[in-house]
Amino acid sequence: MAAPKTWLAFAEARDGALRQVSFEALGAARAAAADGDAIVAALIGSGVAAHADALAARGAARVYVVDRPALAVYHPEAYLAAARSIVQAVQPAGVFLGHTAAGRDLAPQLAAALRCGAVTDVTAVEPGGGEGAPPVFARPLYAGKAVERRTAAEPFVVTVRPNNVRAPDPVDGAGPADVVAIEPEGAALRAIVKDVVKKTSGKIDLSEAKVVVSGGRGVKSADGFAPLQALADALGGAVGASRGACDAGYCDYALQIGQTGKVVTPELYIACGISGAIQHLAGMSGSRVIVAINKDPEAPIFKVADYGIVGDLFDVVPLLTEAFRAR
Amino acid sequence: MNIVVLVKQTFDTEERIVLTDGVVSEDGAKFVINPYDEYAVEQGILMRDAAGGGKVTVLSVGPARVAEALRTALAMGADEAVLIDDPRIGNDEHAVSIALAAALGGAGGAGAPTLGGAPVDVLLGGNFSVDNGAGQVAVRLAALLGVPHVASVTALEASGGAARAERDAEGDVEVVEVPLPALFTAQQGLNEPRYPSLPGIMKAKKKPFATLTLDDLGLSPDDVAPKTTRVGLALPPARAAGRLLAGDPAAQAAELARLLRDEAKVL
Repeated sequence: MAAPKTWLAFAEARDGALRQVSFEALGAARAAAADGDAIVAALIGSGVAAHADALAARGAARVYVVDRPALAVYHPEAYLAAARSIVQAVQPAGVFLGHTAAGRDLAPQLAAALRCGAVTDVTAVEPGGGEGAPPVFARPLYAGKAVERRTAAEPFVVTVRPNNVRAPDPVDGAGPADVVAIEPEGAALRAIVKDVVKKTSGKIDLSEAKVVVSGGRGVKSADGFAPLQALADALGGAVGASRGACDAGYCDYALQIGQTGKVVTPELYIACGISGAIQHLAGMSGSRVIVAINKDPEAPIFKVADYGIVGDLFDVVPLLTEAFRAR
Repeated sequence: MNIVVLVKQTFDTEERIVLTDGVVSEDGAKFVINPYDEYAVEQGILMRDAAGGGKVTVLSVGPARVAEALRTALAMGADEAVLIDDPRIGNDEHAVSIALAAALGGAGGAGAPTLGGAPVDVLLGGNFSVDNGAGQVAVRLAALLGVPHVASVTALEASGGAARAERDAEGDVEVVEVPLPALFTAQQGLNEPRYPSLPGIMKAKKKPFATLTLDDLGLSPDDVAPKTTRVGLALPPARAAGRLLAGDPAAQAAELARLLRDEAKVL
């Protein structure tokens, strides 16, 4: 029987709430662990200690916290110093983070500092067995045109793609978290974050959205995204775009879904006026249910769609919004 | 301004992926500069020219075919190329970043990065590569060299030993100032990469091109052994084409809402 190990999941808060991917990181740690191993969580930020109980309710045996006003905004050097101090205290076999803007930045830094391997953008975890068999991590290559399975020597760092790994259910009546405040090592802060221009306040993040309504060249203008946003709002989803729409200047590149751009795997993907170039299909074909709305019945998008409507998105989308609002 | 741009050669994004004996077939495949690295090359050229001089060196780790990508970058306007080509370098981000760090003067933050004896002011790379998609190597390299980094930048200018960058953080924009030397990764929207011109292609053939091995870098195979191992590779299950709905737009919309609720159970 191997000695029990400790697995560490970093949680992340946004707009005063824990992100769902934080719980999914805990789920990934649990999936990688063997019976008898310990799952612990960590929080870095300002005012984040308040979230410790929610992590305990999802199975974190202990919550390590670095909580100070200077960490209100993600800072690569300050967060690395905090993360290193937590890892030093925990000595985990594996570290799990969300594959978010912060996680994508922190994970490679931490892995380099630890001189260890990292497996990023993980979509599934196969548990490590007895006899010391390591956990196996699945991740997409070529934006989903292939899937690889990878193992890593311990300790390792993993980032978990939102919406793919199951989060542990909250346990009713879980006691208050066992919180350990960590004093981070000092760090030379050379970069200065001068300003954060919030463009997405109150909006649902594209990579975490359960529903994505996406527009292509068929939206014809920046204003053409308005009916798509209305549909996304009705469904509690986010708006995305194809490269064609971004290149045409109808929307910001931050919305682009595809082999360049973001890869999304929502429960429901509604493609409006998108023909379906192979690069775009690579970025969204992992979605659970795909709906395509396009005037051209020959559009390649219909080859991957579960449901297709041949028609003008400007007729169909508002009707859909009405139909969903009416439910 | 002395600028080093990290370049990776990737499959053309239009390529279909075919597996042969459990590996991705390169048979007849077209290779390109990783699209995000193209933004980095373009930015290096723009920053060199804005500074009124200096040098852009493109640096890559990979097999001999990668020379073609580096020649393309030279044809765009980069000045020199260095290819680290050694099959003993492990196939993961740890191993590749260690090799790059050694080429840039060693790992461990001992002094500022250098290449060919000259101090490096700016390191540029892509936000991630469109084949592996890990997004690790450039940020790892910054950490190994002990230089600050700003990832996923959509605007970047440097002068007087410092840089100002705008960074895409899930749609929000962070404005970051950082002293040089520093590393930046390029996000879409940073610039519009130029095409190599015919004179550029002719000139590229005469530009300095160095090939290095582990021995040149002073590394042992143990230094660049991978820390992760691929244990499987597969194509995702193909999606079957679904159902086209019929009727006037209102009927189709109502039917779709019903199907998503009752059949797909997605709402």
